Amino acid sequence: MSALITARNLEKIFYRGSEQVTAVDKVSISVNEGEFVSFVGASGSGKTTLLHILGCLDNPTSGSLSIGEVSVFSDHKSLTESKLTRLRRDNFGYIFQKFYLIPTLTVKENILLPFAFYKNPINSSNAMDLAERLGLSHRLSHLPKELSGGEMQRVAIARALINKPKIILADEPTGNLDSKRSLEIAGILSELHKKDGITIILVTHNPALASIADRRVQLQDGHLVQA
Amino acid sequence: MPSISGIAYKNLRRKRIRSILTVFGIALSTWVLVSLFGFNRGYEASLNSDIDNLGFQVLLTAKGCPYEAATLMLQGSKSLRYMPEAVMDSLYQNEAVDKLTPMLMQTVFDVNKGEEGGMVGYLGIDPATYPSMKPYLTFSSGEWFKDREAKEAVLGYEVAELEQREVGDLMLIPEKEVEVLVVGILKRSGTQDDGTIFMPYKALQTIFDVQGQLTSVGIKVKQGADINAYEEELYSIHDVQVVSMAQVKNTISNLVSTAKVMVMSIAIIAILIAMVGVMNTILMSVLERYQEIGIMKSMGATTFHIFRLIWFETIILCAIGGVIGSLFSIVMARLTEALIRYVLPYAPSGSLIMIDFRLVLESIGIITLIGLLSGIYPAFRAARIKPIEAIRSSEGEL
Repeated sequence: MSALITARNLEKIFYRGSEQVTAVDKVSISVNEGEFVSFVGASGSGKTTLLHILGCLDNPTSGSLSIGEVSVFSDHKSLTESKLTRLRRDNFGYIFQKFYLIPTLTVKENILLPFAFYKNPINSSNAMDLAERLGLSHRLSHLPKELSGGEMQRVAIARALINKPKIILADEPTGNLDSKRSLEIAGILSELHKKDGITIILVTHNPALASIADRRVQLQDGHLVQA
Repeated sequence: MPSISGIAYKNLRRKRIRSILTVFGIALSTWVLVSLFGFNRGYEASLNSDIDNLGFQVLLTAKGCPYEAATLMLQGSKSLRYMPEAVMDSLYQNEAVDKLTPMLMQTVFDVNKGEEGGMVGYLGIDPATYPSMKPYLTFSSGEWFKDREAKEAVLGYEVAELEQREVGDLMLIPEKEVEVLVVGILKRSGTQDDGTIFMPYKALQTIFDVQGQLTSVGIKVKQGADINAYEEELYSIHDVQVVSMAQVKNTISNLVSTAKVMVMSIAIIAILIAMVGVMNTILMSVLERYQEIGIMKSMGATTFHIFRLIWFETIILCAIGGVIGSLFSIVMARLTEALIRYVLPYAPSGSLIMIDFRLVLESIGIITLIGLLSGIYPAFRAARIKPIEAIRSSEGEL
């Protein structure tokens, strides 16, 4: 399998006043196409920061990052904002702990939201199929406030999948859900990986959720301690 | 499929009260703007109409303050001084003159007018020349008096309505204790003539004991004649004052120019307030949706998309406010006009506020343009939001 994400010596340094915090410290990692990787570690271990860098949401302070054949960051130089936007749009689907649904839009509109910004041959019937697969068909005309937490996260997953991304980045997707709903989301992610062959990188505190991944990556104080 | 404009519209509905208040502010600004532009148009048109309806291009009055003379003449009030009727003879000799009409304005105090009494004006005219200069004056009943000496009167529409007079009635001139016969009632003309009591000037001279005196002479110049040159010649006549209609227009325009500047200043302030209101509303909306905007950018929204989204919100607010304000200005035009009439030193008789479809479209366009300008900063702020900053701000909340 070819490496879809290749990171070398990634470093991310933050400054809190005069204090220097190294969130990601010389991390090198490759994620192959179709692989399911989970990042685990204590709070402040740098797993979310690493996810943001691998997902082209944030720039590292140093190191290099490539997505497929595209060099995203190298020698302290990054792609332009417009190229990054296109790269994210064409390759990534993001799932966050807080769902980030637009409260004024219906479930269907939230799922189709990415297409408000660019044309895509995928039409609304694909959204219907996706909604049915995620058990949301009866909720399409509802507003987010009318949904349960699990349903909201399923909408967020549908929105992340609508543009058929190569990579799904999930940051604590069950962090706001009870154990029953967490299992439900874990099942969906597992199915997406196994049936659709989507590459998934998952950040979680939840050992049970992390165990569904092919590879478990342990982070501690910004270092990879087990990959 | 969601669209950027649809998302913008739905977002404005999220904070309804705030959006409604902002629209209300824009509507008020539009009302002021449409009314102001409508006033500028209407006032000019009514003034021109009033002056054109005088039927003559030059007015000769007894010497006095030109501003007062112009205002009094248009308001149909009493002139300050008299000039000899003999001045007509010299005027007739000039080749530039087409028609002349003598006029004598007299006023008396009528204790029965209103609750505390009031002034009543009588305009003495020459039945042989005055009607031909004012062909638009037509009768609802009766006709012009034929005799210059006859103690008869023709009433303007409003006077007849107010006094409840009909042809054949006798009217008493207060103070003079003279009765005159009403021989004609004019139709509404929309001019100052509606409020005038016309009498033969010779009869008025006799009744008021001002034989051989006039207050003004209306002069119609022949077509093709050089009015300016003729006016220059008139200045050589002693103890008279030449008031050209162009001068009258300028004089009155000058009188109201201060009021116009004041109204324009108020309009600009109102627009600035609306601008700040729009900017505040949109900026608050942007800051409240910091994370949403960041997430949209992570999904493929470009800087331009976000800029458009915020601009759409501004356009929607301004367009709705502009339409409501325009409708409001049309509905409230009469009240606004009454207010302006109360404030202005002289107001022409026609419609003071002329609002048409083009003016409404122009005003909505201006308000929308102003809204777009107000939206630049919030849109710029929103467009600069980076996805990671939005996500981090959310993590900070947790």
